[in-house]
Amino acid sequence: MVGMLGEGFLVSLQIFALTLVGAIPLGVPVALARMSTWGISLGRFRLRPVALIARFYISVMRGTPLMLQMFAIYFAPYYVFGIQLTADSKWQATIVAFIVNYAAYFAEIYRSGIQSIPRGQYEAAEVLGYSRLQTFGKIVLPQVVKRILPAMGNEIITLVKDTSLAFAIGVAEMFSTAKALVASQVSMVPFALAAAFYWVFNFAVEIVLGRVEKHLDYYHD
Amino acid sequence: MGQAQRRPDARPVVSMVNVRKSFGDVAVLKGVTLEVRPGETVAVIGPSGGGKSTLLRCATLLERLDAGSLAYGDLEVARDEGGRAVYGSAAVERAAKARFGLVFQNYNLFPHYTVMKNITDAPRCVQKRPRAEVEAQARELIAKMGLEGCEDKVPCQLSGGQQQRVSIARALAMNPKVMYFDEPTSALDPELTAEVLKVIKLLAAENMTMVVVTHEMSFAREVADRVVFMDGGVVVEQGPAAQVIDHPREARTQAFLHRIGE
Ligand SMILES: Nc1ncnc2c1ncn2[C@@H]1O[C@H](COP(=O)(O)OP(=O)(O)OP(=O)(O)O)[C@@H](O)[C@H]1O
Ligand SMILES: [Mg+2]
Repeated sequence: MVGMLGEGFLVSLQIFALTLVGAIPLGVPVALARMSTWGISLGRFRLRPVALIARFYISVMRGTPLMLQMFAIYFAPYYVFGIQLTADSKWQATIVAFIVNYAAYFAEIYRSGIQSIPRGQYEAAEVLGYSRLQTFGKIVLPQVVKRILPAMGNEIITLVKDTSLAFAIGVAEMFSTAKALVASQVSMVPFALAAAFYWVFNFAVEIVLGRVEKHLDYYHD
Repeated sequence: MGQAQRRPDARPVVSMVNVRKSFGDVAVLKGVTLEVRPGETVAVIGPSGGGKSTLLRCATLLERLDAGSLAYGDLEVARDEGGRAVYGSAAVERAAKARFGLVFQNYNLFPHYTVMKNITDAPRCVQKRPRAEVEAQARELIAKMGLEGCEDKVPCQLSGGQQQRVSIARALAMNPKVMYFDEPTSALDPELTAEVLKVIKLLAAENMTMVVVTHEMSFAREVADRVVFMDGGVVVEQGPAAQVIDHPREARTQAFLHRIGE
């Protein structure tokens, strides 16, 4: 039983890891798009199409259930493009849905972090002659990382538990395995064990986050 | 101080002529001319909202002029064309940025960098100077600013006065031709103010070219070769400190000095 749960856990772990690998970088362009000032002035009003699209994207991703997003991404190729679904489609749809959903949350965290950096930091860098890229990479980004760490920690811990949503689409991650075991063995023990797995994993996540936080504790502002 | 090597006939280090700047409908600079010669220390005084910070921000390219011209020696950053300021190429701006340093009221040090890194990073990464040379200069500056032992501390471990002296060292490490200070001591209590004023006096004695916006009249009187009184976006009066502060000619200067109790 533990072995089967362990296999399911590895699937959950894959969803978790792939989501972070995809969403952490994808959140950056989304956040930058959300903050873009590029656009055209219409009298007093300023139309910023890039920011508007990013805002709409974030709003939809945060405003609808991840479970529905998985189904939408799963069925979209078939209904919109007539592409035949394959055995891998569910898995691919799950990963894509998790990445685009979490990228929206991360983007908002990045944005709040970037906007919390005082203007004086940019001005000091500008007067010293740093390029825009240097200013962002050397001055702004390291400070943003420290500031957003607690919020990112929350999302990452939520993600560990959210991997169980893949159950709905039929991906055999840990929760699906536990549910099947509960039915076949007429016992609640698999659920309890699955809960223990999630918790232990999150405990490890907390330790890692704590380490990183401590590493950045050498300064405050 | 500074008079000894001052060359009144030399080409100005910085020259701002007839500068105008508005924010929306509010005219903040209404035709200001300020030229600073090598080795000169200029104190800019005046009431709040008079445009002193805006003038320094225009000089340091943090703001763009609406009209007028700005030049650093032979580098023409902006020239006036029919009542509008026209800026030159990005390369000219980059070259101009190497010629001035700015010290902010609230220091604006990089909190995640040590004192050493705050001072050496821009010379290394912007000016691409060799590490050994930059670090040697940084150590000299640290000693001069009275910051020995602080090399590996981060700004949050320092007092306000120490932080401001680090920010002065950071600006000096770029080897600027002119240093701007925008109320460098107004976030500090009197004791820490004295520490910072001491190093600015030291720079004046070394004939560093400086423009200091300040509310410290005794400091201005003692250090400045020239005092500029600004109010309402114009230079109302300027001249030697002893004249402007002790015997002001203009009614607005008299009223201001009276109000702050000098
Ligand atoms: N970015 C801006 N947008 C709009 N108004 C501004 C801006 N910067 C400055 N001002 C206005 O310009 C005027 C002059 O401001 P400035 O900061 O140059 O004055 P100051 O002489 O430095 O005053 P203080 O002694 O208080 O520092 C003020 O009325 C201020 O509100
Ligand atoms: Mg000011």
